[in-house]
Amino acid sequence: MLLGSGMGWAFGEEVSVQALRKARRQQQLVSKRLLREEVNGDGQAGVEIAAEPLSEQEVLQLLRDVQRGREERKKLLSRLRQGLQHKETQQKFVRLEGSMRVLIGLFTSSLANIQMEAARCLHELSHSCDPAVAEACLPATSYLLTYLSGHSVEFTELCLYTLGNLAVESDAVRKQLLPQGIIPALASCIQSPHVAVLEGLGYVLSQLLQATEAPTKIIPLVLDSVLPQHMLRLVSSNLELGMGVAVEFAWCLHYIVCSHVNNALLISQGIVSTLVLLLLELASVMSKAATEGLELLICPVLRCLSNLLVEDETEGCKVQIQDERLLVALFLFMQYFLQQHPFLVQECLWLLNNLTADEPFFCSAVLTLDLLPALLQLLSCSRMVTLLALTVLCNIAEKGPAYCYQLHQKAVLPSLLSTLALSDAQVVGQSLELLHLLFLHLPEAADDFLSQAGLQALEQHQDNPQLQERVRALSETYLQPAAASLISCAGASAAVLPSS
Amino acid sequence: MLLPPDLSVSLRVERPLLPVRPRTPPRAPFCFSPSRLRFHRQHEFFEDGDIHRHLYLQDILTNVTEVTERSKVSEFCCHIVGCCQVFDTLEGYEHHYNTLHRNMCSFCKRSFPSVHLLDTHILEWHDSLFQIMAEKQNMYQCLVEGCAEKFKSSKDRKDHLVKVHLYPSDFRFDKPKKAKNSTKNNKPSSKLDVSMPMDVNVETYEQSQVDSMEICPSESVENPTQPMSGPISSLQEKKLYKSRIPSTVCFGQGASRGFKSMKKKV
Repeated sequence: MLLGSGMGWAFGEEVSVQALRKARRQQQLVSKRLLREEVNGDGQAGVEIAAEPLSEQEVLQLLRDVQRGREERKKLLSRLRQGLQHKETQQKFVRLEGSMRVLIGLFTSSLANIQMEAARCLHELSHSCDPAVAEACLPATSYLLTYLSGHSVEFTELCLYTLGNLAVESDAVRKQLLPQGIIPALASCIQSPHVAVLEGLGYVLSQLLQATEAPTKIIPLVLDSVLPQHMLRLVSSNLELGMGVAVEFAWCLHYIVCSHVNNALLISQGIVSTLVLLLLELASVMSKAATEGLELLICPVLRCLSNLLVEDETEGCKVQIQDERLLVALFLFMQYFLQQHPFLVQECLWLLNNLTADEPFFCSAVLTLDLLPALLQLLSCSRMVTLLALTVLCNIAEKGPAYCYQLHQKAVLPSLLSTLALSDAQVVGQSLELLHLLFLHLPEAADDFLSQAGLQALEQHQDNPQLQERVRALSETYLQPAAASLISCAGASAAVLPSS
Repeated sequence: MLLPPDLSVSLRVERPLLPVRPRTPPRAPFCFSPSRLRFHRQHEFFEDGDIHRHLYLQDILTNVTEVTERSKVSEFCCHIVGCCQVFDTLEGYEHHYNTLHRNMCSFCKRSFPSVHLLDTHILEWHDSLFQIMAEKQNMYQCLVEGCAEKFKSSKDRKDHLVKVHLYPSDFRFDKPKKAKNSTKNNKPSSKLDVSMPMDVNVETYEQSQVDSMEICPSESVENPTQPMSGPISSLQEKKLYKSRIPSTVCFGQGASRGFKSMKKKV
């Protein structure tokens, strides 16, 4: 119920979401990108009519005809390309002896339109869901890399996406791409001014950085190159032209940061201020116009900042952020995405936790900027969101009496009573921790809690092994003596407590 | 969500920091202590966001980049002297120009995919000083960007490319400098046993007096890494490439030869 609704879109078949979740848990979520032109054979704009798959004989005949050059080669290759959209044709093609050599020969031709069409065929193959098909493209990689230093935008873009699809396929492919110099090639290519090329480059890089061996084999090479400083530049540039480029590099940065290989280097290059300023800008853009896909950019940026905040103090790079506007931005994001993309709310709360854990700055700001009601609203969302919101509240309460006073003033107790009614032990447990902190620093809170039937709310958990110790501790320490004391205190408290 | 209405305004007002009580360890049985959370790459916390990213890549979600229109223009010709290629899109022309004309060696008219390879070619093929220096020191630079290795000979470099960089042994942009070959180069590829498709010379019937380096008759058409079946390997012995070096080419000697039209070679 709570988790399932986290995705925020409708699916015809629920089972496909389940399959994706399962794949992700098994670390088998392989994403590939397909560039397919929306033209038919004559070059007229329009949706391509789906061609039939080709038989083995047809593939063979096409290859022969291309070699002989009898008919217009481009048309032949187009036909082949259309056939290669089908898995069966792809498999037949790669099984034909010598077919890849022919294709590579065409791919390295000096006739530009032939080369382009051959590149499109390779691209279809790279996109195959059959790993054997993609791996059959291995002989082409040295050429794909060579062509990255070319100047044709469309062709370079195609090569990049093909490489990206291959890179994510298997470590056999990456084991070849790395010694072939893919990182230096990308480092040169990243200086291109073309948006399409940059987005493709970001895609390749993101695929490489996701590899299981990335922390040891790939990320160190990347960090050693000029790529990081360009990534930081590109993640926040050209947003008005479309966020495609920024999205790719944001995910790249996330994969690097969460591997914790050398975040100190990135911090020294200014990643923290770059990303904070980016979030501020996105928050201001968001309120002006509805922007599609904003969550795809915000999500990895939030993750980077959250993980960067955990960097080790002993390394001399403990991260401090002291900009309240970031807090406002986070709440704006949560408000904006609560309905459509709830997963982003928990990502925002994670950052909020890391911001409020150690430093009182943001704890204070939450209260003085009157953001508490919004935070309390989140206590009725999904399990993870509720848990994180409670943790943030605990962070705030832990700072001392002044903070607990504000929390109490702004009606945290009624919300807590609601969470105590839930059945999830971890959520209730966190609520108990918060109550403890409140009662510890603000005794009158305990009295109010009692008067709002708090004891009964607690008692329902007194038999739960995970909770009973804390329930008992609360009752015995702060909620005794019972009724008699409550009545006698009520008169006194009414005079002592400031009016809400 | 209940956000206060004048949020941006209130940011401009100075707000005091609420006083903090020094941190004390939690009292049992309570265990909470504020801490910054770290999630590693595969953590399940990232599940929803990662799936969202996956769907975006698979084009199920809205693409955030504008799809560029490929505009058609009326047909026009490549403006390079002697090149008659015709185009109806700017991108098509751009690609043609970059493939064939941009990185072209002015000595031998070969085209290269990049400035780097062109420079390397000019140095090694057309620079007499290079040959002199190559006798004394390692001058053949590795072709892979980022690799600073230099070698005594073209062959040594090729071995390095294959062994260290896992390049194919018949990498087309690393043909050694050869003397002009005999006419047995001139067999058009249509004579191939087509059950064994081989490299295609795609410029056979189209005009162009420029050659690209990749289809160069070298001394070796070897493919040691690819085992071939019986009847096919004999075909391999024949030159399967049409000559890519027209007789106008001189190998850095400065001598010129008479131009022969392509058609005669067929």
